[in-house]
Amino acid sequence: MRSLIFRTAAGYLLPILLLFSVFILLRGHYLPGGGFVGGLIASIAFVLHSIANGIENTKKIFKFHPRILMPMGLCLSLFSGLSPLLVNKPFMTGLWFKEPFPVIGMVGSALFFDIGVYLVVIGVVLTIIFTILESI
Amino acid sequence: MEILLSFITGFLYASGIYLMLRRSLVKMILGLILLGNGANMLIFLLGRMVKGEPPIIPDAAKTLAGIYADPVPQALILTAIVISFGLQAFAIILMERAYKFVQTDDLDQMNSTEEDI
Amino acid sequence: MLLAILSGFILAILLPLLKNILRGGLFILLSALPLSLFVYFLSWLPEVKAGGDLLFSYQWVPSANVNLSFQLDGLAMLFCLLITGIGSLVFIYTSSYLKGHPYLGRFYGYLSMFMASMLGLVLSDNLLLIFIFWELTSISSFFLIGFNNDSEASRKSALLALSITGIGGLFLLVGFVLLNQAGGHYSFTALLNSSPDLASHPMYGWILFFLFIGAFTKSAQFPFHFWLPGAMKAPTPVSTYLHSATMVKAGIYLLARFTPVLGETVWWNGTLTLVGGVTMLYAVIHALFRIDLKGILAYSTISALGLIVFLLGIGTPESLLAATVFILVHALYKATLFLVTGIIDHETGTRDVTRLAGLNKVMLPVGIAAFMAALSNAGIPPTFGFLGKDLIYDATLRSGSLFVLLTGAAVVTNICLLFTGFKAGISPFVGPLPQEFKQVHLPSPLMWIPPLLLASCGIVFGLFPFLIEGSLLVPAVSSLLSTAPDFHLQLWHGFNIILLLSTITIGSGIFLFYYLQSSESKLAWVSRFEPFSPKSVLVGMAKGFALFSAAWTNLWQNGKLRHYVFTIMAFLTVLLAVRFLQGIRLNLNLQSLSDLAFYDVAVLLIMATSILFAVFTKSRLQALASVGVMGFCICLIFLFYSAPDLAMTQFSIDTLTVILFVLVLQKLPGYIKEESKAIMWRDGILAFCFGTLICILALEVLQEPLHREISKYYAENAYTMAKGKNVVNVILVDFRGFDTMVEITVLAIAALGVSGLLRLSTRKPENK
Repeated sequence: MRSLIFRTAAGYLLPILLLFSVFILLRGHYLPGGGFVGGLIASIAFVLHSIANGIENTKKIFKFHPRILMPMGLCLSLFSGLSPLLVNKPFMTGLWFKEPFPVIGMVGSALFFDIGVYLVVIGVVLTIIFTILESI
Repeated sequence: MEILLSFITGFLYASGIYLMLRRSLVKMILGLILLGNGANMLIFLLGRMVKGEPPIIPDAAKTLAGIYADPVPQALILTAIVISFGLQAFAIILMERAYKFVQTDDLDQMNSTEEDI
Repeated sequence: MLLAILSGFILAILLPLLKNILRGGLFILLSALPLSLFVYFLSWLPEVKAGGDLLFSYQWVPSANVNLSFQLDGLAMLFCLLITGIGSLVFIYTSSYLKGHPYLGRFYGYLSMFMASMLGLVLSDNLLLIFIFWELTSISSFFLIGFNNDSEASRKSALLALSITGIGGLFLLVGFVLLNQAGGHYSFTALLNSSPDLASHPMYGWILFFLFIGAFTKSAQFPFHFWLPGAMKAPTPVSTYLHSATMVKAGIYLLARFTPVLGETVWWNGTLTLVGGVTMLYAVIHALFRIDLKGILAYSTISALGLIVFLLGIGTPESLLAATVFILVHALYKATLFLVTGIIDHETGTRDVTRLAGLNKVMLPVGIAAFMAALSNAGIPPTFGFLGKDLIYDATLRSGSLFVLLTGAAVVTNICLLFTGFKAGISPFVGPLPQEFKQVHLPSPLMWIPPLLLASCGIVFGLFPFLIEGSLLVPAVSSLLSTAPDFHLQLWHGFNIILLLSTITIGSGIFLFYYLQSSESKLAWVSRFEPFSPKSVLVGMAKGFALFSAAWTNLWQNGKLRHYVFTIMAFLTVLLAVRFLQGIRLNLNLQSLSDLAFYDVAVLLIMATSILFAVFTKSRLQALASVGVMGFCICLIFLFYSAPDLAMTQFSIDTLTVILFVLVLQKLPGYIKEESKAIMWRDGILAFCFGTLICILALEVLQEPLHREISKYYAENAYTMAKGKNVVNVILVDFRGFDTMVEITVLAIAALGVSGLLRLSTRKPENK
């Protein structure tokens, strides 16, 4: 399984796939994609890396346990939902910046919500896979 | 196409149930996966099939018009797929744990709640 | 009024705090509560006598039409005075009887709780309120009967009493609800005004049925009488209070209360006469053979209750008068006899009538009390009991066509009741004093004054009936009748048939008392019929029911997962099949379907093959791979039919699932050998049927017209409101964002569950 080609390829694949996943995440509001798919692609990238290089090496990329991504994502989603309350609008009203940002496009509370989903999905998948890999 | 698809949905259900009724734990979980996919297909089918018209608003327009695929069942299925992943992951790990403790994957022998864990 | 009723509950709540202050002999101070209540109710006597409409209403749950409305009429007054009067004496008596008991405070708490519930019961005007207080009496009596909670017999009889009276209470509730539907009111006074309609109401029979079960269980009527002898396990003050004077009279009270509303029909009178008659004869014959003093008293109480029900059943003004008088007569002498029994038990340590004798020599005042009570019980002039018996005979003689039968039953019952009264009240006190009781001494006056007081009441009321006639009995009877009663109590009526019957009763009773000696052997002889008694039948039924439910549970809940799945699936299949059999119309409009492209067919073929492979292959890895292939096929279908988001998600999830499974699979054993061909065929057929039904279901739904209002709303507003062009994504993160948030929370929980499960094992070896 851990052939040289695979390992080398996995090393290059990881950043490419991560970049791709962010791309998928950001374009989700206009074209197919979104937090769920983006998160899944990102986690597949990490899983691929860990299979090729061993779990220890993958963990080194992270400075922290991926489990932390779950509460982070959940909080981000929750706050993006709560933010309209600050401007006296009901829970989860969409808020948008007036002008589009370069590269990203329109930015609004829905985008932060989607990023939260993205983080939770990565956290969930990696937590599951890593715990299994560790226990084998 | 719809007719064939409803056949295949029924087939997914049938095989899922058949596998769930087997004694082996692994088969049971495979059955669970098949059943889940069957349910997704059923929802998808009942939302009607539309070819090549995804529910994405074209650049020029502000609303979807004409023929387009129903976005509601799609959102439902997307949720279902992700949740079923959580369920399957949990079931797979549970199965592994259960086998480790009970030293059997025979469902018929896992019928006691008094097992010493 | 509200305070008067609730004071008992308040006292019960305060007792845990008070009991440290009241340690020692100070518990007698608690008797001030029932005593003051007694005086309080006495002070209402003039107004009740005047026939004033004493209604006290307090708002409680106005939305449900349940208000704390209380009504003080003659009947309620009679019961209130009994409850508080006898209650006071019992409170005083207990302070000496259970002196130094570690849980005396608790006992008083239960006792005052019981008193309060009983007061609430007789005073309530609202049916639901009656029910609440009714159940409260059951619950507090449960605690009182089981007061000696270290004795198993005591706990058992408490549970028996609770289950019988509690079930009765539920029946009562049903009866009340029906009554409300029929009469339109929960208020008793309102029902009273609409009573003519009720007897012809179609639900009348059911109302009677439920009401009767409730009343009969509480008042220990045949065949629900058996909890009462068991309840004698309670400390004697409890037996005195609950089982002679008050709680068992709750059923009687209810029947009396509803006589003007529901009575005067064949069903009402016939049932009550029959049940009451059977109870009084059955119980009194049982009482003849008991040798335990409390046992004798218990059965004679049941018999007396039967007699009252019997009199209520006859339903003439004379019989209602007799019933009212007899309630008072009975309460007076039976409470006395119980209290006396308690003293005997307390001082000698036995309640066996074959051993007790000659106690007059050591406790004369007690003997006098018992003697007076026995006389009143026997109905020997000039006691109050004589008056009561006269009225009973007067009532039965004028009861109509069956008067010979009814009078005969009443005479037999009275003869035996006389016997039991003598047995309990006279025989322990006469004759030579056995050696073993030489040291027995008179207890504290706190114990013997209450019975003496009660017994003297029995004589005084007999000699001077006018004392209570106008003030108490007339209002009580008038609340049972629609017309004003017209009677005059007196001892001497002249020589007539009633006097003759009384003489016969007294003569044969005394003869029986001398002739029939209680003994162990006679008790044993009666006990042979135990297996046929209602108690054994009920206990047997309960056991049978437990066995049946165990067998039933084991049949379905056998711990085999496959069995459950099979049952559920089979049931679902049958359900669906039945629905489809009622009519399917498969006329799909082929024009509306989408075209079939060759790549569609190819994908479906691959899919079908991989499913087949997954089901039948012997290798787990191959099965897993086939499931993966199947997942990718689904992904392709999503892609072909305009669901790019789904396709992407399905693709990644499928990959991850397969990876996950492969990681775990290497640690699992190979497939176990499958079971017999027959089971495989059975499961296969079930699966095939279910799959077919799903297929039909899908085709059925496809021909229904589609309503897409929701989709249309989303499609139109996705960009204008949420500034997104991918409608699916907009639904997920904006329109239904809250759902998505819950969903990712669920996912996170699943992940935590997985990591927790795996952690369980890594820590396992260390624990060992």
